Amino acid sequence: MRIGSPELALLVLALPFASFLAIGLIRPLRRRGRPAAAVSILAMAGAFLTAGAMSWQGIPVARGLNPAVLWTWLPADGGPMASVGVWVDGMAMQMCVLVTLVSLLVQVYSWSYLADEPPPSLGRYYAYQSLFAFSMLGLVLSPGFLQMFVFWELVGLCSYLLIGYWYDRPSAAQAAVKAFWITKLGDLGFVAGIVMLWSGTGTFDFWPLFQAAEGGALHVDGLTTIMFLIYLGAVGKSAQFPLHVWLPDAMEGPTPVSALIHAATMVTAGVYMVARAYPLFALVPSVLTLIAWVGAFTALLAATMACVERDIKRVLAYSTVSQLGYMMAANGAGAPEAAFQHLTTHGVFKALLFLGAGIVIHHFHTNDVFRMGGLFGQRPWVGGSFLVATLALAGVWPLPGFFSKEAVLAGVLHAHLSVPFLMLLATSFLTAFYMFRVVFLAFFGHAPVHHEHPEPPVAMDAVCRALAVLTLALGLRAAVASHHVEGPAWLPWISLTWAFAGIALAWATYQAGRLDPARLAAAFAPIDFLARRRYFLDDIYGGTYRLLLLGLSRVVGWVDRYVVDGVLNALSAGALRAGDALRRIQTGQPQDYVYGVALGVLLLLVWAQLG
Amino acid sequence: MPLHAYLVLAALVFVIGLFGVLTRRNAVGILLGIELMLNAVNINLVAFSRFRADLAGLIFTLFTIAITVAEVAVGLAIVIVIFRVRRTIEADHLDLLRG
Repeated sequence: MRIGSPELALLVLALPFASFLAIGLIRPLRRRGRPAAAVSILAMAGAFLTAGAMSWQGIPVARGLNPAVLWTWLPADGGPMASVGVWVDGMAMQMCVLVTLVSLLVQVYSWSYLADEPPPSLGRYYAYQSLFAFSMLGLVLSPGFLQMFVFWELVGLCSYLLIGYWYDRPSAAQAAVKAFWITKLGDLGFVAGIVMLWSGTGTFDFWPLFQAAEGGALHVDGLTTIMFLIYLGAVGKSAQFPLHVWLPDAMEGPTPVSALIHAATMVTAGVYMVARAYPLFALVPSVLTLIAWVGAFTALLAATMACVERDIKRVLAYSTVSQLGYMMAANGAGAPEAAFQHLTTHGVFKALLFLGAGIVIHHFHTNDVFRMGGLFGQRPWVGGSFLVATLALAGVWPLPGFFSKEAVLAGVLHAHLSVPFLMLLATSFLTAFYMFRVVFLAFFGHAPVHHEHPEPPVAMDAVCRALAVLTLALGLRAAVASHHVEGPAWLPWISLTWAFAGIALAWATYQAGRLDPARLAAAFAPIDFLARRRYFLDDIYGGTYRLLLLGLSRVVGWVDRYVVDGVLNALSAGALRAGDALRRIQTGQPQDYVYGVALGVLLLLVWAQLG
Repeated sequence: MPLHAYLVLAALVFVIGLFGVLTRRNAVGILLGIELMLNAVNINLVAFSRFRADLAGLIFTLFTIAITVAEVAVGLAIVIVIFRVRRTIEADHLDLLRG
């Protein structure tokens, strides 16, 4: 039997799951750490090779045929209620390759990055990593909303576990809970949406839904509401305004985790879901417009916050939020291909940025970019890799970010969304500015006086170089291939000009000293003020939490203390009183009891006489 | 003598016994009272047996006497044990079960 893509897809799923089971169940393996890491890395390497083979083999069925292989999951009288399976099309395969590649590289990187961890913690870490890889691949390969939702929650769980990896740090534990709750807020909408869609159509599977949608035969009441609710899930997962607040805090987790989950893969699940379900979203233009506006607004808002952040990982986190905004805007503008293209290129170079930042933090023993400097002279390879990724993020030709960003901008312009388009253009200027702010501060300038300069471990360095080469290769391939983006001829020049303007402003401010950063901040005083305080969103959430939840808790506490407990106390006090009174009947004198008996007999006699 | 004379006698003996049980402070006195009450019952049984020519009453009486003997034996044994433990057989002082 010829092994087809669906079988390979199942193998891709099975390998990390087997590794998770092995590490999770075999206690000595987990407690020793390093062997667990080796198992997980080997399984991931196998999954990556399988995913590569799968995409080499190509799509199993021709366009226009059902690419899903299904098994009945919930059997019911009138046909199965839900099925599980794998959906193997171009997007899923490309995503599988991305997920397995970044997972593999991150796991190799973690081998060195977490070398000082105690072995049991390391084993735990790799168990989570394997579970995450399995869940993310399951999400990517989902042939229906229900399976997607299950894996969607699983990746959320892994994100929680990995953010809280150092659970003895209060800030990490808080960040994990915050990430979990805020994404759950969106997931509530997601689950409500898919259940409503199911009650309207009777199926969770993509294929019949897409067929009906494209044939114009999908008649569901309140489809706009349903799709809006489903989009809410993506808002939480992909950190769109106003639920983006969890992502910067998620940087409390280990840096490789941020690279994998909070840059390359999990946070893009929302974008992927909208792109996957695009045939359904296409039916509701109002929701699409909302997606585009929210995406563009998120991109701009996060970019302004990235400009004032001092923590290198948080800068990257805001930049991730901002780029997710780009992708969502492309989705909303009706260009899911552009969104997906940006998703894949961003996955590669953002992972590289995070892993590079890991080395930078390792080198300077601080996250604060203002206490770094001159790394380029000491570690040209690290600096070079980071620079490649930064240029890619800023959208400079011929790096992959340039092409995907251009595709997004062209898509948004094509949909006549002029205000979101302008917001995205402004964002691309800010992106170049804040990224080069980091580069100039950390890699150029004066090196701080430092007692030790640890050599970056070989594995970490090698992973960064591999990703840098991959970024360059992706860019060159896109440059060589005659890319035909539907858009006006001036668009690439405009976006390049903005990118270089941003770089120039960062250079003038932080490298050449022509501009005083304080004066620059003063020129944009209101925005600077708001961005430094994160637009008070965290305070608003905190205030709402305190006002609503704590207020409610206080009321409930009062009711419990005084009403419920009061009734109970009254009952028990009454019982005690009554018991005390009744107790006195028992004199302990047998003769008194005989009186009682005699009296009773007398009464019985009287009663018998009367009755 | 008619039947009611026996019944009146039995009632008198029973009430005297009950009075003894209720008022005597000495445990032995209480036991004596119980004895009187049981014998009043015996008188009743024998009287009815005689006047209704039914031997069942006599047989009941024999059983009652046997049981009474056993009861007195047990009762006195308890009284002796109580005296050994508490150094008294005054019923007023035996109130361990007071609530």
